[in-house]
Amino acid sequence: MEPRIPTRMGDGSLVEMTRSEIKADLEAGTQLAARKAKVPELVQDELDHLLDIYASAARFTAVDIGDEVILSNDGTGTKHIGNRVQDLQSYEALLGVDMVELWQIDYSYKAIKTNVAHEGQSMKIAQNLLTNPVQYGAMPDLGRYSKPDGPIPNWSELLPMGKIDEARRAQEEACEMLVEDIDFVADAMVAAGTDGIDFDTTGAAGDADFLAGLRACRVLREKYPWLGIEIGMASEFVLGMHGQLEFDGERLAGMWPKDQLRMVQQAGASIYGPAVNINTGKSTAWNIARAITFIKPAMAIAEIPVHVNVGMGVGAVPTCVYPPADATSRASKAFVEILKIDGY
Amino acid sequence: MGTGDPLGMEGAHTQASGMGGMRAAGDLVARMQMTRRMRIKEAKQYVAGKLGCTPRDLSDPVAMEQIRLDKGLGTLAATSSTHPDEPGMMEAKFNISKALDIPINCVERFKERARL
Repeated sequence: MEPRIPTRMGDGSLVEMTRSEIKADLEAGTQLAARKAKVPELVQDELDHLLDIYASAARFTAVDIGDEVILSNDGTGTKHIGNRVQDLQSYEALLGVDMVELWQIDYSYKAIKTNVAHEGQSMKIAQNLLTNPVQYGAMPDLGRYSKPDGPIPNWSELLPMGKIDEARRAQEEACEMLVEDIDFVADAMVAAGTDGIDFDTTGAAGDADFLAGLRACRVLREKYPWLGIEIGMASEFVLGMHGQLEFDGERLAGMWPKDQLRMVQQAGASIYGPAVNINTGKSTAWNIARAITFIKPAMAIAEIPVHVNVGMGVGAVPTCVYPPADATSRASKAFVEILKIDGY
Repeated sequence: MGTGDPLGMEGAHTQASGMGGMRAAGDLVARMQMTRRMRIKEAKQYVAGKLGCTPRDLSDPVAMEQIRLDKGLGTLAATSSTHPDEPGMMEAKFNISKALDIPINCVERFKERARL
């Protein structure tokens, strides 16, 4: 009888599977992703390597010495240990992350605009107390510009009423406001000494959200050639909430990681962060094969660093409050060794 | 990574495949990715070339402690290892900017506001 190996589901629960079952899940994950994104399946060597990583009872795994990559720690800290700057210091000194990020709990550029001076002062203090690069981060968060939170008619209400043109105009107006707000906050953070700006979960509200991130990035790159600009995505696929928006003549709706990266590179970003959300009902083996299949075509054209999102619920890291180190370290090793990523 | 990520998960990532930040030279390699958009291999080679070490040394906290002390790139103060007479955070960033030949925003702001 084939031995059973402890492994994780996408919700973090510990289950036992045979090596054959893990192998079957890896194959199913890559096949599904290839079908959905119309990209090649992983080749046999890659599946064999993933099987070696995932069909193991080891509590922890790691890359070889010398193969380490950068950890850009978006949303650094717990918010409950000391103050925010002390949080960053702890992560620099004790955890050894490579970049830290100052952020506020209302993680949206629109919200930050109202207290940007206070945020800038915190950035200035952080820069005086840390040696690590310190970036400032938030979500573009386009939905915040629609009623009742913002001034723009709510496109999620207009669309079900069949008011397509009105919904599109609303998103275009919101996009303009968002680009201005990101630019406003970024200017203040640059004046306070930031090393970089992070657009976290870009595209969460669809193609207009992604467009705002790309346009804001281009504006900032023209002003600050040295500035670190990280565009991290919300998911593997850009939703066409508008459907017709273009950047440099290319339609954004429906873009998978390879095309997302092309746009991010053209906009002038420093770092691209692909995100592949997890299926909690499938094993982590199924999820890693699916995630790597989606992202692999992007790596072939990457001219800038690619930092895969491997936080909770993305990149084959389970959706649970305390993701277990066995699952986290397996995802970490798999992305580095198979995709040759630049960080995470 | 990303906001909403649970407590301490960074610990697993840094141990599994991270460069260790300023415990080694992860902060320096990160600066090349941010400022010059260099991919990991090119960024490691660049930093190693500037520091006169091998790319593998950059993730080695033992090798990097001495290199950081020699070049004034900053070290972490811990209970039994403090260096009050060595460069602190902002002072180290002046030296990092020079060693890597890159602008560091807060250093430039410091010079401007201190009228240096």
